[in-house]
Amino acid sequence: MKPFANLLFAALLGLCASSQAAEPDSACPPLRDTGDPSHKVKCSCWSNVYPVCPPLRGTGDLGLIIERASGHLTLINTSSRQPYARIEGLGDLSHASTVYSRDARYAYIFGRDGGLTKVDLLEARIVKRVIQAGNAIGGAISQDGRIVVAQNYTPGGIKAFDAETLELLAEVPAEYAPGQFSKVVGLADTAGNKFAYALFDAGEIWITDFSRPRQPVTQRYPAGKQPYDGLVTPDGRYFMAGLFGEDGIALLDLWQPEKGVRKILENYGRGEEKLPVFKMPHLRGWTIAQGRAYLPAIGRHEVLVVDVGSWQEVGRIPVRGQPVFVMARPDGRQIWVNFAFPDNGKMDVIDTLAGKVIHAFEPGKGILHMEFTPRGENIWLSARDDNKVLIYDTASFTRIGELAIDNPSGIFFTTRAARIGF
Amino acid sequence: MLGFALLYPAYSLSAESGATEPTPARQKELIHLVRQDCGSCHGMTLKGGLGPPLLPETLRDKPADALAATIYNGRPGTPMPPWKQFLSEAETRWIVDKLLSEFPQ
Repeated sequence: MKPFANLLFAALLGLCASSQAAEPDSACPPLRDTGDPSHKVKCSCWSNVYPVCPPLRGTGDLGLIIERASGHLTLINTSSRQPYARIEGLGDLSHASTVYSRDARYAYIFGRDGGLTKVDLLEARIVKRVIQAGNAIGGAISQDGRIVVAQNYTPGGIKAFDAETLELLAEVPAEYAPGQFSKVVGLADTAGNKFAYALFDAGEIWITDFSRPRQPVTQRYPAGKQPYDGLVTPDGRYFMAGLFGEDGIALLDLWQPEKGVRKILENYGRGEEKLPVFKMPHLRGWTIAQGRAYLPAIGRHEVLVVDVGSWQEVGRIPVRGQPVFVMARPDGRQIWVNFAFPDNGKMDVIDTLAGKVIHAFEPGKGILHMEFTPRGENIWLSARDDNKVLIYDTASFTRIGELAIDNPSGIFFTTRAARIGF
Repeated sequence: MLGFALLYPAYSLSAESGATEPTPARQKELIHLVRQDCGSCHGMTLKGGLGPPLLPETLRDKPADALAATIYNGRPGTPMPPWKQFLSEAETRWIVDKLLSEFPQ
């Protein structure tokens, strides 16, 4: 973190009221308490005591990278394309995801071991950490930013926390039949502090209303066999759950939920034998571009294209493996696709105007995740088995940078703070 | 809970190939495969995810043959795919053996 931190210190020295002169030179200590009382300076503009005052800055170009094996986060800056801090002590991050507070300063990290950790991107430290379940899979934040909800496999259900303090507000066990609990997948925020999610073992979609956070109210809708993930459309209107146990996607209109779930893309496999799926697709990279939704097929090496409105299939695009993430560049012109084992070194880029793959390459080993910069000029890719994060220019497809990161998986930029479903 | 109850004994593997140990280099690849790729569903620490835990205490009461058959052939009706295009029977047995004791890091 040192180069970045030092630059920040240098930039800020004029802004903070400090009781001693700090030298903005290379001797600047890192952005935390050194333990030496003589170094401490009280900053009026900052919540803690630091050796020198950090600068005022926004968080719009910051983000984090999950280091899945070591339980670390690397905090990064998408303008400098550099890391600026590394945080340890987040437990088992082997399937971790992140949502952001609406001021985009705090990240909430949901770890596999049930850890929920609130991290301050500016102070580069853990603010609060709780272990809320035995085995967790992700989470979401409410429309008003006050409630963070975790989705759990064990015990199956969701739990709501105060976003400020991480105090437990309520829990909704996914008990779909007496004594039967389901794993929860696809949790997404929707309007009115409601959360939609799917129950893998029950084949249902549930919507829980946290408008009274301590008295949640849940509605249940039959969905189909083995929903494996879910998403909400960018406008917040539709919740979709991908089905593993049958061909098709369960679609619930959240503006008219009383109409129930409708199946779309039914029988897209047309009875053909499925290819084995060595990793479940993730739908949360949610992809709508130019009025069409692009979705991973299950057991087929295809991206399915659906007209948003009629919800009819309008095409399918052959790709080089079982798609995992199918993600649209923010402008919708390109769709980037990565793949399940054993094709997880490949990436295909679809041009939505041409309706086909226009660039196919092998950026590294174990490509697990991707994230676009806020307006899409760059994409960052995790190459787990190369211990690298790779940065590409999305117009020329040239590699413009790489970072050494230990077993990187999820990459999460603060632009997610303002997006429904992220 | 789906459980790991092996309801498909018809899939059991023949026992002939248990003796040969994979080479050390191959063992490393297999460990990586289990932790990273099986780990997609079963968790990198094998404590379970969408798939059930693969810890010794959760597997101990299952016959090793049936465990090997599940890995090798998959389990129809569940998301568990067959891994036989990536593993020999002997390698599958080696993995089961390690899962039942303590799986290497």
